[in-house]
Amino acid sequence: MSGVRLLVGTRKGAFLLTSDAGRKDWGISGPHFPGWEIYHMNASPVNPDRIYASQSNAWFGQIMQRSDDGGATWSAIGNEFAYEGIPGTHQWYDGTQHPWEFKRVWHLEPSLTEVDTVYAGVEDAALFKSTDAGTTWTELSGLRLHNSGPSWQPGAGGMCLHTIILDPVNPDRIFVAISAAGAFRTDDGGKTWKPINKGLNSQYIPDPTAEVGHCVHRIAMNPTRPDVLFMQKHWDVLRSDNAGDSWVEVSGNLPTDFGFPIAVHSHEPETVYVVPIKSDAEHFPLDGKLRVYRSKTGGNEWQELAKGLPENNCYVNVLRDAMAVDTLDSCGVYFGTTGGQVYASSNGGDDWTPIVRDLPAVLSVEVQTFQ
Amino acid sequence: MIRVTLPAHLRRLAGTGEEVTVEVDGPVTQRSILDALERSYPMLRGTIREYGTNKRRAFLRFFANGIDVSLESPDAPVAPEITSGTEAFMIIGAIAGG
Repeated sequence: MSGVRLLVGTRKGAFLLTSDAGRKDWGISGPHFPGWEIYHMNASPVNPDRIYASQSNAWFGQIMQRSDDGGATWSAIGNEFAYEGIPGTHQWYDGTQHPWEFKRVWHLEPSLTEVDTVYAGVEDAALFKSTDAGTTWTELSGLRLHNSGPSWQPGAGGMCLHTIILDPVNPDRIFVAISAAGAFRTDDGGKTWKPINKGLNSQYIPDPTAEVGHCVHRIAMNPTRPDVLFMQKHWDVLRSDNAGDSWVEVSGNLPTDFGFPIAVHSHEPETVYVVPIKSDAEHFPLDGKLRVYRSKTGGNEWQELAKGLPENNCYVNVLRDAMAVDTLDSCGVYFGTTGGQVYASSNGGDDWTPIVRDLPAVLSVEVQTFQ
Repeated sequence: MIRVTLPAHLRRLAGTGEEVTVEVDGPVTQRSILDALERSYPMLRGTIREYGTNKRRAFLRFFANGIDVSLESPDAPVAPEITSGTEAFMIIGAIAGG
């Protein structure tokens, strides 16, 4: 039977939301790991029963969990993330140098082809890889050791590697994004990396067009066109048609181009979704109206999607990893809010319904599609 | 046998009750107790002491026989009440965060 399973990470535990392809009636399990922050969960495309979860809190640090039965049971796996060699320093908020210190795992990206391989993006920014299903982790240190590393600076949420995109065509190509260093790409499986931030313009940094230093919030790709990327930056929405070699702004008629998540329709690679947020000082929707904006033209021309979303008095945020699309024939779009709601649209964003309203603050949403 | 009490989050992680017992070889110190605890419950590695430095995590405190021993040397002998099993070595999460 076809259907979907949402993997929802929150401030106080993990929740699994399941439905058949109708996406009207939902079953909810959780909280798993109650009381813990679940920054991210993600499942293996090779074995959908294998799900990884990043579990942490300030008291006890980082725990990693793995389920091999679709989230019914979980086992703690390796949680040692040791930087290779002497980690060195990066720039701190005040401009001084600060030691590289592991804090947490922000994002997990299982391999598209190898069932036991999974990548982890961490704070302070680095990329780790496991080839034994999370038992041990090894840093792909070429990224952190890029010669720009000492100039990387944390964003307000920490210096996190929050986006990992594996190229479905070229297994040696990986894209990552770091707040607030920018986007990087490897074409040799993670040995060497190059910044891919040409065309980004960030007025709030000393050199607005610097090679690194941009606060990239999220990058998204439709797997049928791996050279086309969409980016939600701190301010500005951008696209690249050459695998990040250059970017152009496509904010167009958005009411505000500040925001966190960005997603691409699973069947229409020029259809893109963002959630405009008022500003970097006021992390909530404009005028208290929660809205998704959709462009069917790859940017610049954006359409407000409102049906089923709060019309007033809504002051939640939608975080960078909290939006996802399924691959059913009628593309489902999902996002979670810091107010604990998870909204679903089973028709590409035309209509929205809350699946749940009162979860803890939602940190991440991923979706698995079962055909 | 050394008795150790765990904070709620770690009990759930380790699948234990409030108190566990561990066997310590040699002198009974903070370090040897925590080494034994992590041997018996490997999922607790990194949650009480940081990887690499083995330093106590900042929001945790250790109590022995009612006394905060968090700042004492990890290799100092603990109170005889802990060694004898009369009292439990307590790992406590700080009340912080609202």
